[in-house]
Amino acid sequence: MSVPYARLPGWVEYGLIPLVNLAVAFLVAGLVVLLVGENPLEAAYHLINGAFGRGEYIGFTLYYATTFIFTGLAVAVAFHAGLFNIGGEGQAYVGGIGVALACLWLDQVMPWYVVFPLAIVGSAFFGALWAFLPGWLQARRGSHIVITTIMFNFIASSLMVYLLTRVLKPLGSMAPQTRTFAEGGQLPKLDWLLSIFGLNVGTAPFNISFLLALAAAFAVWVLIWRTRLGYEMRTMGHSPSAARYAGIRESRIIVITMMISGGLAGMMALNPIMGEQFRMQLDFVQGAGFVGIAVALMGRSHPGGIIPAAILFGVLYQGGAEIAFEMPSISRDMIVIIQGLVILFAGALENMFRPAITRAFATRGQRAAAVVQTKGA
Amino acid sequence: MDFFHVLVVLLESTIRVSVPLVFAALAGLFTERAGVFDISLEGKMLGAAFAAGAAAAVSQSVWVGLAAAILVSVLLSLVHGYASITQRGNQIVSGVAINFIVAGATVILGEAWFRQGGRTPALVEGARFQIVNFPGADAIRDVPIVGPVYADLLSGHFLLTYFAFAMVPISWWILFRTRFGLRLRAVGENPGAVDTAGISVIWLRYRAVICCGILCGFAGAYLSLAMTAGFVKGMTAGKGYIALAALIFAKWRPVNVMFACLLFGFLDALAIRLQGTPLPLIGQVPVQLMQALPYILTVVLLAGFIGKAIPPKAGGVPYVKER
Repeated sequence: MSVPYARLPGWVEYGLIPLVNLAVAFLVAGLVVLLVGENPLEAAYHLINGAFGRGEYIGFTLYYATTFIFTGLAVAVAFHAGLFNIGGEGQAYVGGIGVALACLWLDQVMPWYVVFPLAIVGSAFFGALWAFLPGWLQARRGSHIVITTIMFNFIASSLMVYLLTRVLKPLGSMAPQTRTFAEGGQLPKLDWLLSIFGLNVGTAPFNISFLLALAAAFAVWVLIWRTRLGYEMRTMGHSPSAARYAGIRESRIIVITMMISGGLAGMMALNPIMGEQFRMQLDFVQGAGFVGIAVALMGRSHPGGIIPAAILFGVLYQGGAEIAFEMPSISRDMIVIIQGLVILFAGALENMFRPAITRAFATRGQRAAAVVQTKGA
Repeated sequence: MDFFHVLVVLLESTIRVSVPLVFAALAGLFTERAGVFDISLEGKMLGAAFAAGAAAAVSQSVWVGLAAAILVSVLLSLVHGYASITQRGNQIVSGVAINFIVAGATVILGEAWFRQGGRTPALVEGARFQIVNFPGADAIRDVPIVGPVYADLLSGHFLLTYFAFAMVPISWWILFRTRFGLRLRAVGENPGAVDTAGISVIWLRYRAVICCGILCGFAGAYLSLAMTAGFVKGMTAGKGYIALAALIFAKWRPVNVMFACLLFGFLDALAIRLQGTPLPLIGQVPVQLMQALPYILTVVLLAGFIGKAIPPKAGGVPYVKER
């Protein structure tokens, strides 16, 4: 098969093209703002100000970013093996069980630094468990991973409604949620990190799981580019037949990749449950699993790209709340549109502007070559 | 007699909730048979439902509403087509994107235009579909067995309901008995062969995608113009995914699609009916289990434990002409 596009310099491939795609997504979002009868520039101002204007706002931005780093990494790991894990939502939701169980069991007798590692293991375990089945079904029974993970999202949602209304709810309470955790189930805030920069975190729930997210990003980088397993995953992602001929056990890689992916998605639950609400509520994931898709696409499935992409979405979520507050005719659903547009332009239409950009660089390259030649003559 | 009455009521609501599923699943049948995976059925249906509600509220005409629904749904289909056929982008990613854009846009635009918390105004008589009563339905209602079946099951539905079930044999005929259908199926199995025969793969896939858009338009219009009087935000509530599940459950065959939709609709109706009432032998079944049943069944089917669901071979793969 012919190679459809010429090779471009690294900064164009990983910098310019994503930026152009992002810019177009925002332009279209601006058109929607115009259609609603508001000023897009004013909205942009509120977005930036709402995300960075105060220490507290930055705290919220980074709190959201923490969540999106986890789900973005989850999608990215699966991408590398050529698997599209659309089930981050369900895996994160079920991962919450692990966090809640650890906290409900030990929060009154142990300090947070004992509960936290257990909660990490629990969330990763339940998330991985929820991804294991689709992975196993794909590897052994040939069911399509996209469809099964979608189905598992819905099954997870029903399961969690059942658990929260019947099993984990404290006696005599009406609200579908667990009891509030004692101090041992609450993560310390990272106020000291922001105060280095002279910022006051205020009421923002920016907590220690941010550092865990950064560590997870580093671990994913090591896994994908520095280990044998990562090599096998990437080989399978590039060419399943090559992987098969090289003696890589396909079904084993699929199952392991999905479990790592699900584990990362499950760890997302630590941030809202132990870091903000101190209880497990219905629907605490709030679409973060799907945001992970956009984050992974924007970040080109590389941890170095996923962290800034996650922060970008943190900006959208926190700044979007500010827009909704300042401009009543634009609700928070604007974020959902922008998210969709980013997925569309950075993911599905990623090659739309590539021919034009390639041509621009090709002509420049030729001209430079021509200049060199005339000088040489 | 009491049991019979319950059964009729249950089947009646089964038909009512199955209609959007039938339309949407048939819509998915057209694109997926042509080799374009489409998980944006949900988004298209939602967009169509909003367009129908908004246009009917403004124009006070149900037909303008229906036309708007189809128009919006086809436009969204074309976006999906452009991304996945012309630009050869990832079809799943494109579908996810459309679902997001529509979910956000319907709320933002609805709030901006009507200021009723994301709803469209309640539709008056001429702006929504009316129930069709068969001749003599009321007269024979009291006749045992035949009466309720004729009056409540066959008669007393919306025009779109009859159209939805009529679309089942029509889709079958188009897909399996016309030249267009033959080529459409071929393009989903082996686009290279179709290309070699001198038929445009791209144009065929675009036509399949447009068919999908039209049918999703009907599904959306049914939701906001027939089932309820107006659009409510997020009113599809996962029906697009259920339709997708039904399509797979039906192994991409039109008549099976209808039965799968009726089965899933029946489970839905049963779940509402059984809420809080214990069953003999089993005891109380959690509603959540009933709600998850269509998804669980689909997973079990996909795993090959009850027959094998084999998707069109070229599904999900953009066609690249060899040079």
